[in-house]
Amino acid sequence: MGSLASLYQDLILDHNRTPRNYRSMEDANRKAEGHNPLCGDKLTLWLRMEGDVIEDAAFQGSGCAISRASASLMTVAVKGKSRSQAEDLVERFRRLVTGALEPGEVPELGKLAAFAGVAEFPLRVKCASLSWHALRAALDQPEAIVSTE
Amino acid sequence: MSGTLAPAPAVVHADLGSERPEQLDTDRIRQDFPVLQQRVHGHPLVYLDNAATAQKPQVVIDAVSRFYSHENANIHRGVHYLSGQASAAYDLAREKVARFINARAPHEVVFTRGTTDSINLVAQSFGRSFLKAGDEILISRMEHHSNIVPWQLLCEQTGAVLRAAPLSSTGELDLDAFQELLSDRTRLIALVHLSNALGTINPIKQITSWAREREVPVLVDAAQSAPHLGVDVQDLDCDFLAFSGHKLYGPTGVGVLYGRESLLERMPPHQGGGGMIATVTLERSTWAPLPAKFEAGTPMIAQALGLGAAVDYVSGVGLSAIAAWEQQLLDYATDLLTRIEGCRLIGTARDKASVLSFVMDGVHPHDVGTILDCAGVAIRAGHHCAQPTMQHFGIPATARASFAFYNTKREIETLAETLRTVKRMFQ
Repeated sequence: MGSLASLYQDLILDHNRTPRNYRSMEDANRKAEGHNPLCGDKLTLWLRMEGDVIEDAAFQGSGCAISRASASLMTVAVKGKSRSQAEDLVERFRRLVTGALEPGEVPELGKLAAFAGVAEFPLRVKCASLSWHALRAALDQPEAIVSTE
Repeated sequence: MSGTLAPAPAVVHADLGSERPEQLDTDRIRQDFPVLQQRVHGHPLVYLDNAATAQKPQVVIDAVSRFYSHENANIHRGVHYLSGQASAAYDLAREKVARFINARAPHEVVFTRGTTDSINLVAQSFGRSFLKAGDEILISRMEHHSNIVPWQLLCEQTGAVLRAAPLSSTGELDLDAFQELLSDRTRLIALVHLSNALGTINPIKQITSWAREREVPVLVDAAQSAPHLGVDVQDLDCDFLAFSGHKLYGPTGVGVLYGRESLLERMPPHQGGGGMIATVTLERSTWAPLPAKFEAGTPMIAQALGLGAAVDYVSGVGLSAIAAWEQQLLDYATDLLTRIEGCRLIGTARDKASVLSFVMDGVHPHDVGTILDCAGVAIRAGHHCAQPTMQHFGIPATARASFAFYNTKREIETLAETLRTVKRMFQ
């Protein structure tokens, strides 16, 4: 078990208090719903893709600090990214929160590196991953519902 | 109640003339529970998740272990020594449970896998036999999913309709609304005795008296009340009562369905197999008498013996002493948590026991749960398998501390102190 400070970093607490891109999106052309049935966390993710590029990303939902901050920082990180860049980020984030990322790769994730502490709290990996499951689903198909189970 | 095989009660009475209720010797009691002796994340374990499952006293662990080490055999089958011993021990466990809930006879006690299994048994046997399209099942909005979903399945199968009585803002059953929903179409009432999500105690005797006038059977979900209030099926005047062994300080995998004999006799088996038959030909079979009719296959013998030991242990401490001490813990916790600004109790019924649900402003219950865990405090965070109850309060989840007689006031203080840390972190 890691320290609480490594899990609840200031950046995470800040994005929990004031999540970025926390809104619905009228002109979205991609939408995915994420659901963690065990804890009841729910999230809707909207993307506006232009060609291969994510022009805008937004989310709404209810969840813990980890899931909310993760969704908030994710929407910030994927804006302007191409589909393949976003997919690469999904995979690297998954490895980050499960402790499978090489230490040298962590800084490349920028602010998302704040979630490295989640790896020490296995019960909370699903919280951090919910929005990323939704992102992958939204990239795969225009309307999707995903579950962490 | 049976107390013959139980340890001497660990109860000390307050000074004569004092109005303080009796105190439990928790120091001594805690020595009976090996799990409680450990540290978690560097802190003494504070186990406040008793509504999810309770810890096991050594006598229960020993009963299960002794069976597998020295007594193991299948029951009601062999002519050999061990089978005879195992059969007698299994029957004795049933007698202990029957005395514990004051059933009229041991054969009114059916061993099941747990509360969920017991309720499903009633739904699939009683329900499918005696309910038809348009008939109504009446529950409340504070039920555990295990007292909702089996009835939804039954409604799909029969065309019956599920009705749920509303709650007040404090989490009490709306009795006027309940009476209005109780109609000529009602064929079964299924109601929780002590809510696992709110701690509300429902007035079961009032409900059964109304039901009796209309000859509607009443099933009581006693998963929380059997360990924390004690149940007397004759006093409650209920027709079915379901509870789990593991919440009563016994093993997982065993539970109880009490059924009124006249109803159990009329009900067909819900499962077929060995042990539940009188005779079998390839054309047809006839059923064994109660309770074997509802216990197809080799039952959970070791677990039933463990439950028997748990019943002895609990009876030895005494349910009135347990309930009185847990009430003190609940009152103390209610007082301390109410003083924490931004901490709001969910479920403030007048009659409550052993469960304290709460939310904290700006902090999700899961974060509360993780931070408490880091201090060695185990609580439950989530919807407590009671999503309609959460919907009633307009929240997705709560944090829940639930108490047992081995908990102490010092542990409640640790809970409150750590909640202040939570508040500071999320300010």
